[in-house]
This record gives sequence, C-alpha cells and structure tokens, in this order.
Amino acid sequence: MLKLENLEISFATSRGNLHAVKGVSLEIAAGESIGIVGESGSGKTVLSRASMGLLAPTATRTGTVVFDGQEISSLPREQVRDTWGTGMAMIFQDPMTALNPVRRVGSQIMEGLTVRLGLSKEDARKRAIELLGRVRIPDPEQALKKFPGQLSGGMRQRVMIAIALACNPKLLFADEPTTALDVTVQAQILQLLSELRKELNMSMVLVTHDLGVVAGHTDKIAVMYAGEVVEYASTKDLFARMRMPYTEALMKSIPRLSTPSGSRLPVIEGRLPDPTKPEPGCLFASRCPYAQEKCRTQHPDLTTDSNGHQYRCFFPLGGAQ
Amino acid sequence: MNKLGELAKRIGQLVLVLFLVTLLVAFLMRLLPADTVDIMLPGQPEEFKEVIRQELGLDKGFFGYYFQWLTNFVKGDFGSFYFAGGSETVASHLGNALPKSLLLMLYSQIVALAVSIPLGLSSAYRAGTKFDRAVSGTLFTFSSVPSFAIGLILALVVGVKLGWVEPLGYVPMSEGLVEHFKHMVLPVASLSVGLIAAYTRLLRSDVIATLKEDYVTMAASKGLSDRRILWRHVFRPSSITLMTSAALNMGGLIGGAVVIENIFSIQGVGFEIIYALGTRQYVALQSLIALVAVGYVLFNVVVDIASGFVDPRTRERRGLR
Repeated sequence: MLKLENLEISFATSRGNLHAVKGVSLEIAAGESIGIVGESGSGKTVLSRASMGLLAPTATRTGTVVFDGQEISSLPREQVRDTWGTGMAMIFQDPMTALNPVRRVGSQIMEGLTVRLGLSKEDARKRAIELLGRVRIPDPEQALKKFPGQLSGGMRQRVMIAIALACNPKLLFADEPTTALDVTVQAQILQLLSELRKELNMSMVLVTHDLGVVAGHTDKIAVMYAGEVVEYASTKDLFARMRMPYTEALMKSIPRLSTPSGSRLPVIEGRLPDPTKPEPGCLFASRCPYAQEKCRTQHPDLTTDSNGHQYRCFFPLGGAQ
Repeated sequence: MNKLGELAKRIGQLVLVLFLVTLLVAFLMRLLPADTVDIMLPGQPEEFKEVIRQELGLDKGFFGYYFQWLTNFVKGDFGSFYFAGGSETVASHLGNALPKSLLLMLYSQIVALAVSIPLGLSSAYRAGTKFDRAVSGTLFTFSSVPSFAIGLILALVVGVKLGWVEPLGYVPMSEGLVEHFKHMVLPVASLSVGLIAAYTRLLRSDVIATLKEDYVTMAASKGLSDRRILWRHVFRPSSITLMTSAALNMGGLIGGAVVIENIFSIQGVGFEIIYALGTRQYVALQSLIALVAVGYVLFNVVVDIASGFVDPRTRERRGLR
C-alpha cells in the first residue's frame, strides 16, 4: 500500500540545514496499521506529512514514496494531489485549529465529496449525514449546520475523522489524533478509529508520542528518535522483546496506576540532539544509560534479528542474537 | 451585551460624534475673519443682511446660533445657500450632489476591491517571489503619491494629451452609460489607486498568516486545488481587516472625493462643501459636514454587523460578553 524507501527530509533554516528525517524505510500493507512513536521533535509528524506530500515548499525531500504501486515522490504536486482525500487522508493533531472556523461543518465535509467524487449537493449531504452518524455524532443533521467553534474538542475530532473518511481513502494518517483531547475522549476516539479501520479495510499510520496509544491499535510499531527509525517490529514482538534502550526509556516514562502516588515520574534525562548539527555516534548515546565508548564514535545501523525485529543499537537489550 | 443595548450604544456614539463635529465646525467658522453675511451677500442693502443674520441666528451669539442650527438639522431642515438673488435649500443641492458622490465612492470601492483582492491573494500565495516583490514595489510607489496628484496627471495625460476619455464634468447614467463611465474613469482611477495599495497590503499580510493555519493544510489534504483553497478557505478568515479598513476608508474617500470632485469638476457633495466654504455659507457647510459624519458612523455600524456574518468567531465573541 505504502512503501517508503530511504526517505530524507530537511528544511533550510536560518540556523542551517535542519535534518528532520534521516533515511527512513517503512512498508505498510493493505489493511495494516502501523504506529510511529517518538517524542516531540523526533520527526514523526514530518514523516507522515512527507509520505503524503503535504510538506511546505521549503522542505527538501529525497528517497522514494510508493503509494498503491505509483511512485508519487517523483510526481508534481498537482498529480500527487489526486491521491489526497481519495487515496490517502489525514487526521490532524489539534481539532481546535485544523477545522476552518468560518465554514460550517457540513460544507467542510461535503466539499471533498462534491469536488473530488463529483457528487451532487443532495447526495453529498446524505453522505455527510451518514458519515457523521458513523463517527457517532448525535443528531448529524443539526451538526451539519454548526460552526466548529460550537462543538466540543471530541466532537470536532469526530468531524475531522468524518472529513478524512469522506472519500473512502485506502490509507489514513492519524497524526496524534488524541493528544489534544481529554483522556476519556481519547479512548473513545482510538476505539472508533480502530473499528472504522476494520470496517472499511483501511491501512492506518498512527503517529503518537504515547506507546500506550499504539499498543492496542496497531500491527507494527516504528520507534523514531531524532529523525531515525531506531526500532521497528510487530507490536507484539516489540512489547515482548524490547531491544532498543530508547524504547525502554519511553516505556518507563508512562505513568502507571501501580506506582505509589507522590513518587517522581521517570523522565528521559537530557534532550534531543540539535538537528542542524550532525553527530558522529549513536544519536541517543548522550541520554542512554547503557552507552559505551563505541556508541559515541560510531553510528549504529539498523540491524535485523532472526524474528525480523529491527533495532539500531550496538548493545541491544537482551543481548545480540 | 444584547442587541438592543448594542444599538443604543451605537446611537449614543453617533450623537456624540455629530455633536462634537458640528460644534467644532461652528467654532472654526467663527474664527474666520470678516462678517459672514458680508461675504455671502456682497453689495446687498444692510437691512436685507440683517434679516439674513436673524434667519441664521447669527445675532444670538455662538451657542444660540449653534442650537438653532442643531434644532433645524434634527428636524430635517438643512438650511439654505444664500445668493444675491435669493436662496436655494441645501436639500435640493444634495439631491443633485449626493448621487454623484455616492457613485464616485461606490465605483472607487468596487474597483479597489476588485483589483486588490485577487492581487492580495496571489501575492500572498507567491510571497517572496519576483511577482510579489514587483506588486509590493509598484503599490508602494503609488501609495506615496496623493490622489489629487494622480488625478491631475491622469487628467493631463489620458484626458488632454491622449484624449481617450473626458477629463472634466459629469454625465448621469440616464444620458448614456458609455458617456457616464467615460467621465467617471479618471476620478475613480485617481481615488482607487491609493485604496488598492492599502487593501492589497492588508490582505496580503493577513493571507500569509492564514496560510500557516492548520486548517489550510487540512483543506489541502482533501485534494482541493490551490485556487479553491485560497478562495474558499483562506480568503474569508483573512478578510476581516480588509472589510473594516474598506469601511473606515469611506470616511477617507469622502475627504479624497472633495479634492477629486473639484479637479474633475463633478458637482458632488465635496464640490458643494468647497463651494459652501468659499462663500461662507455657514449653515449649509455645517449641515453638509454633519451629514458626512452621519454617513461615516453609519458605515461603521454596518461593517460591524457584516463582519459577524463573514466570520462567526466575532459573532460568538460578542455573544459571550
């Protein structure tokens, strides 16, 4: 469905070239769901936008993106655009800012239907009502007439999902779809996304900083750090046999109910390396509790073990196999 | 605040503005040297002048005169122009002058908006390119030249030297549309050049800000064309400043029209104002200026209401108060 090969993305900034995504290769099969996990600034949002071709013109991209058998990375923007909405669609992070505040919910859903699918206004309306019902919005007919500002955050995110699903995309990018929402609403939205994905047999790329979010909703997980994929495995395998110290650190920083109240939340000390300055060694070395001399001077390649579990570490957890 | 309260506040503002403006005009007129009626009616018998003085209330002192005018104005009696041979009511002059001025301002606004909206959108869309820089440079040059200078140059070059259109006078629509527009081209052009420069710059900067919004990327991700995104998703949320400025400029336009009407000898309200000033027609001048002020304040009220329709966010904000 989607194949990324050696994708590199950089932005020209006033402080120099910002290397946001470094040599990422991923593959997503039809109907499959993949989680891309990493902290803020790890390049996961840029990666998902670049896969779609939605980046600003200031970004430089090399490598190939193949979608549905078509190499879209070499096509002009006008042609890539034909896959947007109908082939690939995106749910944005913040439903407060990603819906046009001056246009009614109905017109924002119907727009894709009339413009891209050529539906009549009446048909588009019917479909919009059906979509709003699908994303469990009560009283869809009324909701069509509302402005985004009149809806709650959770409702807005449902509207956004309805917009993304409007033209039956084959692949859905969900960029932190629940980060801006309340915890209770988060679970509902994730559940909804999972159900819709199975119902419509879509592929999904779920981008998040929260390992807990991807755990129950994805087939595979790619962990990103400083623009690189540092661990890539099936969800089951990743949680069963974590190889990468960074993934372990991410795991430990999730708060648990079992930890006694009042105890400090474990954090990953230090910060992401400056993306404008290339470093010779492992990018995580300065924050890694297991780092050795080799880690600071040599850059580890992505290694695949016998289970097809990939990791980028000289001294993986559980030892080399 | 409810609608009725809002309206009452507006009317209160209107009354205050009118009171201050007319009081100031009355005061300034009093500062002028020489006796008003002497200048208005030279060579008339002293008894006749005395009658006029009484009619105008000039014998009752400054405030007596002012309140006599004010009472009449509120009743709809705008006073008269006085000549050696008798008098003509301001209302009858206005009947002839107002349509000319309103058309002149309306055309100027339409031309200015029709040019600056596409120009602003496209130069923001292509911000930083040669096109954008050429537009900005040209507009900056034009905005530095006052409208009367542009008017004089246009009248001389296009009207006299090239002889393409009539440099002087006014032809009503009823006497032929082509002639009407031929006479209007130059004054409208002189008035709209400055507006185009101002509007384009305003819209450009607002559009550049809007283009960075999430909902624009989100609209793009539906696979819509850039043109559609600009007009349907970007223009409206970016047009509030433009609309407000367009309305506020109606006041400026009246000022500009005073000069332009005199250059092109269009007998509009501006022409009448200058005439009244030149011949010390106290009452007429004061009524004319008060009417302009009424128009100015009313335009602002209309814009405030209209901006609520264009951008529901402002409507809500008001609703919350």
